[in-house]
Amino acid sequence: MAGGKEITGKIRSIENTKKVTSALEMVSASKIRKSQDLMNATRPYTRMIRRVMGHLSKANPEFRHPFTVRREETKKVGYIIVSTDRGLCGGLNINLFKLVLASIQEWRGQGAEVSLVTLGKKASAFFKNINVEIAAHASNLGEKPQIEDLIGSIKVMLDAYREERIDLVYIVYNDFINTMSQRPRLEQLLPLPETDDEEVRDIWDYIYEPDAEALLDTVLVRYIEADVYHAVLENLASEHAARMIAMKNATDNAGDLIDELTLAYNKARQAAITQEISEIVGGAAAV
Amino acid sequence: MKHTIQCDIVSAQEEIFSGEATMIFATGSVGELGISPRHAPLITQLKPGPVRVQRPDGDEAFFFVGGGILEVMPHVVTVLADTAVRADDLDQAAAQRAKEEAERALQDRTGEVEVAEAQARLVEAVAQLRALEQLRKQVKRR
Repeated sequence: MAGGKEITGKIRSIENTKKVTSALEMVSASKIRKSQDLMNATRPYTRMIRRVMGHLSKANPEFRHPFTVRREETKKVGYIIVSTDRGLCGGLNINLFKLVLASIQEWRGQGAEVSLVTLGKKASAFFKNINVEIAAHASNLGEKPQIEDLIGSIKVMLDAYREERIDLVYIVYNDFINTMSQRPRLEQLLPLPETDDEEVRDIWDYIYEPDAEALLDTVLVRYIEADVYHAVLENLASEHAARMIAMKNATDNAGDLIDELTLAYNKARQAAITQEISEIVGGAAAV
Repeated sequence: MKHTIQCDIVSAQEEIFSGEATMIFATGSVGELGISPRHAPLITQLKPGPVRVQRPDGDEAFFFVGGGILEVMPHVVTVLADTAVRADDLDQAAAQRAKEEAERALQDRTGEVEVAEAQARLVEAVAQLRALEQLRKQVKRR
């Protein structure tokens, strides 16, 4: 019987692949929940630091921190790109990188230079192959990213901004909308976009220890770090969701393939039997 | 007159404490602080150290913060705690590490190896698919 053995071998190998993909699917499904919890846990801090920032800027309307001032001319643009460490998550990273490339092209068209900070192995692997400056990199953030691991990379960008080597900073990440959809997003990190906080009714001032400017600086740096941390968590949740969908599709495809191959195998078997019978019948007739 | 004040302690990674307090102790950048209700508005940096919260029922809650910011408003005390111990030279070292990491990633020639490996696997997969297709045609012809 020709082909029969090969087909069963193929079916078995696809079955193994299917087992792996469906296991990965289930693992990702359980991780989505956890990363969503992490994401929600950052909300109170963001809310409160926004409130403190609002109070500080209301109390010191005359003082403008460099992080809040728009520059006249944009000579160099910085990007903080949040990507995943591992693959097998569909078009998640590629869609994000496409967005970055489009933006880079646009700024280069206007004569601005570009500098990148990459978080996650996929971003550095992708962007090192194109002609662009990578100022800092961090990877292996794991399932429970820690702010400590991000501080260094963020500081590289903030220092460059302070020293006016960079005039605009974007953060790029995948926004987790729900399990079925994640959207690549490009947001301006610096200068801080204007926020309209709730009006403070009374005019008052704080007692500052040590002084207002140093405090405002610390608060703004913490705010930016919290923002980037939140983006990393959004991206993590997106990664798990995208991987779950990709693995679900792979499992379904493997099932279809197995069905088709089983059909082919049965046909081959039947053909072989028919042939054998007709040979026997033919042989008997000849005798 | 209310003898308690709302106290919120949060870090960027989680909410640590939220509740009423009769007194809050912390280590500010210029000295120890004790904050009771109706304290004047104040904002200060915190040094790494314990934050103690006295509850209305007499209990005391202890938290260790690695630094951060403490804000006193008329109705609420907010502690924005840092999860990590922060100092300028430590941050500088972290920035340096991130830069070196970038250089290493750039020098890494494994990128090419990865691409070559992926291409080899792609060729193999395509060959398998073609073989399957032929097999299927053969079966149909019979």
